[in-house]
Amino acid sequence: MSQITDLTLAQLKQALDDGDLSSVEITTAFLDRIDSLNPELNAFITITHEDARKAAADADAARAKGKASAFAGLPIAHKDLFCTDGTRTTCGSKMLADFVAPYDAHVVSRCQQAGLISLGKLNMDEFAMGSSNENSFFGAVRNPWDPSRVPGGSSGGSAAAVAARMTPLATATDTGGSIRQPAALTGTSGLKPTYGRVSRFGMIAFASSLDQGGLIAHTAEDIALGLGLIAGHDPRDSTSADQAVPDYTATLSDPLKGKVIGLPTQFFDERLDPAMRQSMNDVLDVFRSLGATTVEVSLDHIAEAIPAYYVIAPAEASSNLSRFDGVRFGYRAEHPKDLTDLYERSRGEGFGGEVKRRILIGTYALSEGYYDAYYKKAQQIRRLIKQDFERALNQCDLLFGPTTPSTAFVIGEKTADPIAMYLEDIYTVATNMAGLPGGSFQAPLIDGLPSGYQLTGPAFGEGAILNAAHQIQTATDWHTLRPESL
Amino acid sequence: MSLTSDDVKRVAKLARLGLTQAETNETLTQLNSILGLVDQMQQTNTDGVAPLAHPLELTQTLRADQVTETNHREKYQSVAPQAEAGLYLVPRVVE
Repeated sequence: MSQITDLTLAQLKQALDDGDLSSVEITTAFLDRIDSLNPELNAFITITHEDARKAAADADAARAKGKASAFAGLPIAHKDLFCTDGTRTTCGSKMLADFVAPYDAHVVSRCQQAGLISLGKLNMDEFAMGSSNENSFFGAVRNPWDPSRVPGGSSGGSAAAVAARMTPLATATDTGGSIRQPAALTGTSGLKPTYGRVSRFGMIAFASSLDQGGLIAHTAEDIALGLGLIAGHDPRDSTSADQAVPDYTATLSDPLKGKVIGLPTQFFDERLDPAMRQSMNDVLDVFRSLGATTVEVSLDHIAEAIPAYYVIAPAEASSNLSRFDGVRFGYRAEHPKDLTDLYERSRGEGFGGEVKRRILIGTYALSEGYYDAYYKKAQQIRRLIKQDFERALNQCDLLFGPTTPSTAFVIGEKTADPIAMYLEDIYTVATNMAGLPGGSFQAPLIDGLPSGYQLTGPAFGEGAILNAAHQIQTATDWHTLRPESL
Repeated sequence: MSLTSDDVKRVAKLARLGLTQAETNETLTQLNSILGLVDQMQQTNTDGVAPLAHPLELTQTLRADQVTETNHREKYQSVAPQAEAGLYLVPRVVE
């Protein structure tokens, strides 16, 4: 057997079920790897050694008695935006550096009930605002493929931890690309489910009409296993969809023969980098060899997605983040001279630069006299984008394109220019605006660095996305490539 | 539309966000470039298009009007910077 930490979640589950490995062996192997790699990669903000070891021993004991739940003893790590009762939840911010949530997020509870063992909490851009994981109060995360480069963001810790084999599965969240873009830059698989598929209860809110929890792993199969655990209705999130959860693993092996893959012309115009185009063509060749056909479609308003997103997301953020006031939880400035000073300094000292920028943009867009020009206009464009997707998905089963314009960039390269950073998400934000499911999966390396392709499906079409990606992963080995240094 | 330094101060005041003078200056440039990006929206004709607030356009489901939550005040207040006797403490507001 190969090294324990090389195994996928499905392989680890099989080894546990067959009695080839114990949970203590698995948990120890991953914790040891975290301890050896985290000082360089900084993927974890908090490592829960003791809780994990104890849970592993308990899981082994339960298995010995035949009383273990299906996923008992398998490891996971949570993005530090999912509240965990008893373990601090920082959201990558000074504001919450010492915050211990008084309850578990729905996703965390579901994982615990299934028997998954949390190894710790993963680094991220502060309040999930960023595309490089450089906006963390706890320092930048480094890309395991090249530590001088970013892992993407905002779920940079989740992606880097999976890529470096520090955990086989990680939770993540995606408001404008925060699961898919880091998955693409680190050679991992990532899925943002349909808005409403996974409960947002206990996820610290950024932009409530766009935020969605999902997963990063090595394979579509592992995501199918994990999604079955975390998806489903939760009365504590009024936007959670009351829709049955299918067995996502049951359709993984469906043939792709006859499936139609839509290629948005706007994703393949002259601006697409030639190396990225070659990578996408390599993936499309595999789709065609498996019997799928391709058709050109158009997403006419895709260019307006980023401008409209940078009104809607900051507007919702400015409202959501008003709860951080230095009164009920989180950071409080010292020696406030009055209540206004307490609010202004607690927020001024507790938030980082990007978060402040977005609060200011959002507050401005929602301020008196500007509503029609900004927020209403952006919501109108949002409808046009949604209609584009509906039209396109009437002509095909799934949409295909690159996840990112290029491979991972160097740390510091885009920090001085917010616009350059925002354009990282040029291919991903529209999916969130339309509320659709989107996944990023491993495409060929470009000059030794990972690239990713993106599949977007109709609402609640996660099964079709995972099926297609699994078929590609069955026919290729791009998802098994790993950083040489590890 | 271009913001001035006074606009940034006004918006920061609305958001109860303390900014240093250096931050105000740096933010001004960045906010104006972000607003330049955002203004690309104005080129799109949206006449007669209904705003979309929520991607699934679901109607809000209502639950039965029954008490389901128990009192967690003590636990919730345990994470407050300053709480006493069930109250959150802040600087004096009324003399």
